[in-house]
Amino acid sequence: MMDLIANLISGLSLGSIYALIALGYTMVYGIAKMLNFAHGDIIMVGAFAVITTVSMLGFPPALAIAASVVCCVVLGVCVERIAYKPLRKSPPLAVLITAIGVSYFLQSLALLIFGSTQHSFPKVFSVPTLALGALTIRGDMLVTLAVTTAIMVGMSLFIAKSRTGKAMRAVSEDRDAAELMGISVNRTITITFAIGSALAAVAGVFYGTTYGFIGPYTGSMPGIKAFVAAVFGGIGSMPGAMLGGILLGVIENLAKRYISTELSDAIVFAVLIIVLMVKPTGLLGKRVTEKV
Amino acid sequence: MILKVDDIHVYYGQIHAIKGVSFEVREGEIVSLIGANGAGKSTVLKTISGLMHPRSGSISFLGDPIAHTEAYKLVNRGLAQVPEGRRIFLQMTVRENLDMGAYTQKEVSDADIEDVFRRFPRLKEREKQIAGTLSGGEQQMLAMGRAMMSHPKLLMLDEPSMGLAPILVEQIFDIIREFHAAGTTILLVEQNAGKALAVADRAYVLEQGRITLSGTGADLAASDAVKKAYLGG
Ligand SMILES: Nc1ncnc2c1ncn2[C@@H]1O[C@H](COP(=O)(O)OP(=O)(O)OP(=O)(O)O)[C@@H](O)[C@H]1O
Ligand SMILES: [Mg+2]
Repeated sequence: MMDLIANLISGLSLGSIYALIALGYTMVYGIAKMLNFAHGDIIMVGAFAVITTVSMLGFPPALAIAASVVCCVVLGVCVERIAYKPLRKSPPLAVLITAIGVSYFLQSLALLIFGSTQHSFPKVFSVPTLALGALTIRGDMLVTLAVTTAIMVGMSLFIAKSRTGKAMRAVSEDRDAAELMGISVNRTITITFAIGSALAAVAGVFYGTTYGFIGPYTGSMPGIKAFVAAVFGGIGSMPGAMLGGILLGVIENLAKRYISTELSDAIVFAVLIIVLMVKPTGLLGKRVTEKV
Repeated sequence: MILKVDDIHVYYGQIHAIKGVSFEVREGEIVSLIGANGAGKSTVLKTISGLMHPRSGSISFLGDPIAHTEAYKLVNRGLAQVPEGRRIFLQMTVRENLDMGAYTQKEVSDADIEDVFRRFPRLKEREKQIAGTLSGGEQQMLAMGRAMMSHPKLLMLDEPSMGLAPILVEQIFDIIREFHAAGTTILLVEQNAGKALAVADRAYVLEQGRITLSGTGADLAASDAVKKAYLGG
């Protein structure tokens, strides 16, 4: 029983990291109408930014995390401006291929700078392991859970209530109508990439802390998992991305512990396929409303 | 002169949709643009509002050239468009749609919201309802209320009576007269030529991307060519 609870908590913690990444994926999809396959690599860049600033420049952890967020936001916005914006009116396939190209570009760049070896991720926060009788929970997992939950609540409020959040929903629903309200679609897309990249940077810190090592290809697996989580929850839906991410982490962890470590990813994908067969729009995905 | 369109040519890729259209709207007028399906009425409005740009020709709004200005920059200069098919935000609430209409205002003024609700009491009852669940007539009212939230100097309406029952059409035209009486200049695109000419100070007939007739609303309504083509005999 204790084992199950501990496993569920570490699943929740892993899942909340996926949820942060999935949130960025789904927001960019909903507003820019594209799948940004380079999103996972932003995590890797963010994690390397922490490694570099801590071990080479001697930054204190809080400053390193801030630097990583800034670095990812700048990178995300530049990628959008240089690679995606010129393709705004191109067919989706051209944009998709470009995104894959950006992903390879970032991986190769990291390979060139940091080499193919795994770099150990510095300890940016240390929280003692919590022991409740027979139940022990890693401190960093609790921090991950607490911080990601706070971010997700904050993001939900931002999208629901703020002027910019409403503008993002308006652009996501109808670009031309949004422009006619005085909303700059380009600026809204830039903001979306900035937010998504900031979330990826935070996810990178937690991912690095959880696994301890970072390499040039580190971003691709959580990137794919987060994409799966976003589809699982209903792509374009923010609550869906959060739910999808958390479920994915829990299922993956349970499968690892009780079925098979090697098969865990296959099981995750099998669950996705079953969900999509039953509900093709994902758990919380809306059927696209017909225009009257 | 609030709006002056001078010899604009507009294309969709290779398709030459607007072939040298010129017209003007003066302060305080209601001007109607009528024409058959595919004549290019919506294209003209989209070009004025900045969603499309002419390949040649010029447009001036309140004296400034705007032919190549992006749509979002024109809203706080006083231009608003109620697009064809209403295009309200179906997944947002009635109130949120009105908030979006006031996007260029520093903040959403309660007085403006009250004003819309006074004109459209049906919207007040549905303030928190998702706009996608409104009836067609209510959606048209929301689209018009939303456009008024930015306090436009020139309001462009693209077929506001489309798909509405006769009694609602009456209501919509009453509202157009009210907006006009309150000081808003109006450019109206309509298939319902009879009503559009009756309400208009001046009107233009658009055929296959060209303006073929112009005059006062009354003159055009009395002209044989218009009677034959647009007023059913
Ligand atoms: N997105 C588009 N791509 C290509 N051609 C278009 C597009 N939109 C309109 N057209 C063409 O441009 C011409 C003018 O269309 P427009 O929509 O302006 O007509 P309209 O007068 O508003 O017609 P309606 O009364 O049916 O709304 C038509 O021949 C139409 O086929
Ligand atoms: Mg039209």
